[in-house]
Amino acid sequence: MFAPSMSQSTDLDLVNVTKKFGAHAAVNDVTFSVARGEFFSILGPSGCGKTTLMRMIAGFEHPTSGDIRIRDKSMIGVPANRRPVNMVFQSLALFPMMSVGENVAYGLTCRGVSRAEADERATRMLERVGLKGFGERRVTALSGGQRQRVAIARCLVLEPTLVLLDEPLGALDLKLREHMKIELKQLQGQFNTTFAYITHDQSEALVMSDRIAVMNQGRFEQVGSPRELYHNPATPFVASFVGETNRWQGEVASASNGAVNVRLSSGGTLHGHGNASQGATLSFVRPEAVALAQDASVLSSLPNRYEGRVSAVLFDGAASSLLIKTPGFDQPVRAVLPQAGPLAGIEVGAAVHLGWTAEAMKVFAA
Amino acid sequence: MNPAQRLTLFLLMAPAILWLGLLIVLPHVEILVLSFSQRVAPRVYEFGLGNYLEFFTEPLYWRTFARTAIMSIMVTAITLVLAFPIAMYIARVAQGRLKAMLLLLCLLPFWVSELVRTLGWMMLLRETGIISYLLRLTGLASQPVELLYNDGAVILGLVYGGLLFMIVPLANALESLEPSVVEAGFDLGGSRFTVLRRIVIPHAMPGIVAGSIIVFMLTVGNFATPVLLGGKNGLWFTEQIYAQFITRFNWPQGAAFGILLLLLSSAIVAAGLRLTGQSLGTTLRQA
Repeated sequence: MFAPSMSQSTDLDLVNVTKKFGAHAAVNDVTFSVARGEFFSILGPSGCGKTTLMRMIAGFEHPTSGDIRIRDKSMIGVPANRRPVNMVFQSLALFPMMSVGENVAYGLTCRGVSRAEADERATRMLERVGLKGFGERRVTALSGGQRQRVAIARCLVLEPTLVLLDEPLGALDLKLREHMKIELKQLQGQFNTTFAYITHDQSEALVMSDRIAVMNQGRFEQVGSPRELYHNPATPFVASFVGETNRWQGEVASASNGAVNVRLSSGGTLHGHGNASQGATLSFVRPEAVALAQDASVLSSLPNRYEGRVSAVLFDGAASSLLIKTPGFDQPVRAVLPQAGPLAGIEVGAAVHLGWTAEAMKVFAA
Repeated sequence: MNPAQRLTLFLLMAPAILWLGLLIVLPHVEILVLSFSQRVAPRVYEFGLGNYLEFFTEPLYWRTFARTAIMSIMVTAITLVLAFPIAMYIARVAQGRLKAMLLLLCLLPFWVSELVRTLGWMMLLRETGIISYLLRLTGLASQPVELLYNDGAVILGLVYGGLLFMIVPLANALESLEPSVVEAGFDLGGSRFTVLRRIVIPHAMPGIVAGSIIVFMLTVGNFATPVLLGGKNGLWFTEQIYAQFITRFNWPQGAAFGILLLLLSSAIVAAGLRLTGQSLGTTLRQA
């Protein structure tokens, strides 16, 4: 559906884009395409180069080499104000000297749309984002969520090919952020505009995106759907950056056809899947892949079976977890806290059996 | 407020009140009173509007007055236009030490007195001065050129003297403009001119008004620069005041001129504030 080769249906193509500041490559040979109407996220820790990448697409930075194409037109040498791209800034960057309506109409008047028509279109756009009757207000008199919507309305009113969003939810409090995630996704669907979103918050990326690129040290580690990234990470970085995970260091004991047996330095033996064939490895298991039971026989079909003792209960509602001190592992194994069934109400100190399938454990060469 | 607090407040305020009262309010009241006493015979004065009538009936006076006002507005406008790019550079481009250096460079000329600075300009501009010499050397002029004693020289000197007082409030105002707001202005399709007109200038408005008020006040009340660089053609209103007080020894007439100058500058500042829709309060905070 989002095959990069179908270039006539892509809105954005980056081809071998590199940006160097002195000797340091902030963005290093990045290639990707974003399909029309897609919600594409670039996820990475701060300093990974994602902001530089976004600023190059917007036209505020210029690539050292490579090409940036929007609907098959190269943007090299095209100034920011002539690109069919609009950006929602991290700070939102609303114009404090203008009213809400003027903020939204600004881009239209820059294009030579008459004042009256610009005002009318701005009013209609404000209605669509749920800010009917806010046109005359000062932007300083708005709440965080309302400011957010003005920032997006200001872009969408121009009907851009591509909207860039630079961590626009960062400044909001948790409750509002959760709400805005859903709202952003709905707005994107409603306007059917291509969104490129950058964030360091994996939950934002997972919830909203059609596809995510995980970026680290100027390079893309992996591009895929949220599920692909979560369940089939291509690199140890992706495995540990996206989602909660258990992570162990060890060595390959034996490997054949993708099945790898790992011996941990702390003594345990694990059975997993991966491309590591020898030497040091990193093994990852998601907490929700760890099965728990009071009775060892329940887990008898699992290749990885251990016995441990609960060392901590980390209660966080639906995201609660257990830390289980298990012989053979240098760190406690993290599992999802069972809140129903026979193990509900498990306490610190309780003995428990745990296990996971070989498929659930990803083994990478370290 | 208990009595002790009240006493503390009074004591803390006392120096400021004394300063304002003794050095600003009192002399002005004195001048105001003086301006209404007209001379009917040598050493005989009576209350009347004669000094003010004299101003309106003698063309030299009100023409000088109007000339001072118009040229001061011109000087303020030129200073603003020249200072804006400099302030822009200091506030938005220069970083760290360079920024401090540039501000220091603007301040440097003020380490010598205004008189000495103006005399410096005279050395450059006079008939036997450096510029005249260079013009002859390069063949652009066949004989010595007198660049002093004209309106251009007066404006040059006044702009030079006012530049710093425009740059500092402007740079302050521009510094607080978030870079991403400017980028958003471009991103949404604005040209450089649009961004300047609709984002940068409105943001800098309090600084522009503050700087303009300061420069205008300094210019209107300047004495040495128009006298030295303009010579007989200077015709600055302060010269008239000086002449009345010192040369003619007609203090009441001089006092009336002083009051008129105060009214003029207040009126122009008020008009300027109204025209730009700024309030004095926000402007003063910016300056």
